[in-house]
Amino acid sequence: MCKECGCADGHRHMHKEETKEVSLFKKVLEKNDLQAQENREHFEEHGVFAINLMSSPGAGKTTLLERTVELLNEFKIGVIEGDLETEIDAQRLRAKGVPACQITTGGACHLDAFMVHEGIHELPMEELDLVFIENVGNLVCPASYDVGAHLNVVLLSVVEGDDKPEKYPVMFRQAQLLVITKIDLLPYVDFSVERAVRSARKVNPSIDVIRLSAKTGEGLEEWVEYLRFKVRSFKRSLI
Amino acid sequence: MHEFSIVQNLLELLEEEVEKHKAKRVCRVEVLVGLLSGVEPHLLELAFETFKEGTVAEKAELVLQIEKLKIFCEDCGKEFEKEELNALCPSCGGLNTRIVGGQELLLKSVELEV
Ligand SMILES: Nc1nc2c(ncn2[C@@H]2O[C@H](COP(=O)(O)OP(=O)(O)O)[C@@H](O)[C@H]2O)c(=O)[nH]1
Ligand SMILES: [Mg+2]
Ligand SMILES: [Zn+2]
Ligand SMILES: [Zn+2]
Repeated sequence: MCKECGCADGHRHMHKEETKEVSLFKKVLEKNDLQAQENREHFEEHGVFAINLMSSPGAGKTTLLERTVELLNEFKIGVIEGDLETEIDAQRLRAKGVPACQITTGGACHLDAFMVHEGIHELPMEELDLVFIENVGNLVCPASYDVGAHLNVVLLSVVEGDDKPEKYPVMFRQAQLLVITKIDLLPYVDFSVERAVRSARKVNPSIDVIRLSAKTGEGLEEWVEYLRFKVRSFKRSLI
Repeated sequence: MHEFSIVQNLLELLEEEVEKHKAKRVCRVEVLVGLLSGVEPHLLELAFETFKEGTVAEKAELVLQIEKLKIFCEDCGKEFEKEELNALCPSCGGLNTRIVGGQELLLKSVELEV
């Protein structure tokens, strides 16, 4: 038997290894990026502004969403929940009367554009103005995936330490807005807001910053005003 | 660790190339990893070695080319390359800068056995 090709008839033939070099320069995540673009167009067809919320677990994403829907009642808000495999976060928001769908990431450490696409089809898009995508709690992996949002927001709670922007530069680079959360706890932790902002701007000079506490309400008005401004400019850009 | 999912995407692209060129298998894969791409080269290699088995890339060699950060400083009017993961201008130390490279993850080329 011929050892090279495994053909049975013991013949003698030549096996010349011919190779071909193909130059590609293709994005490894091109399929995700195409789907992300499609998601964005999907949102836009319905006049919906989409925000991707990222942070480590427990930074306060769901709590901030709960407060936001109470304060921002001139917009109809929907939520795509990617954090956790349980329905807990989605239920917390449904309890506030918000359409919320839970994406089962199957233990994945990030949302990708395909998962968010599923979420889009579970929400009553024609009724909505604003959709929040609560990403999986993780400061690394979500930063590599465009999910089709119009605004990327990273939350950093003061209990996590002011060195996080330096440690996770890709995440703080991908976000257009840094929200420093749980500032009611500042008296109890060694967290310098100034240092956190400085190190975030080192990797992302134009990043916006809002500091707030969902507990005391401090800073929430600024956050809500920021959202109003973003949603309105978006709606105007669609006309 | 999202390098596993990134490798799945890479393997899909390789399958497509093999099919397109009616090749037997992939011998070599060159990937450009930007320092700010969010991908850990070592983890990418590990994930590739783990998942290539039983695919068209089973015997392929993965070659990573690391791409430094490229920033453009508006004040200096010049482009610089750097290895630290921040946008500080290496010349004037200012932050009136834009990151213009080093954020991508690209499949640069493949060598196929035809
Ligand atoms: N002290 C304080 N605790 C907060 C604040 N926001 C959220 N928390 C608490 O932090 C924990 C995690 O919040 P959650 O919203 O579930 O975080 P997520 O994992 O990012 O969605 C909960 O126990 C919240 O009550 C805040 O502004 N101040
Ligand atoms: Mg949550
Ligand atoms: Zn991960
Ligand atoms: Zn300069």
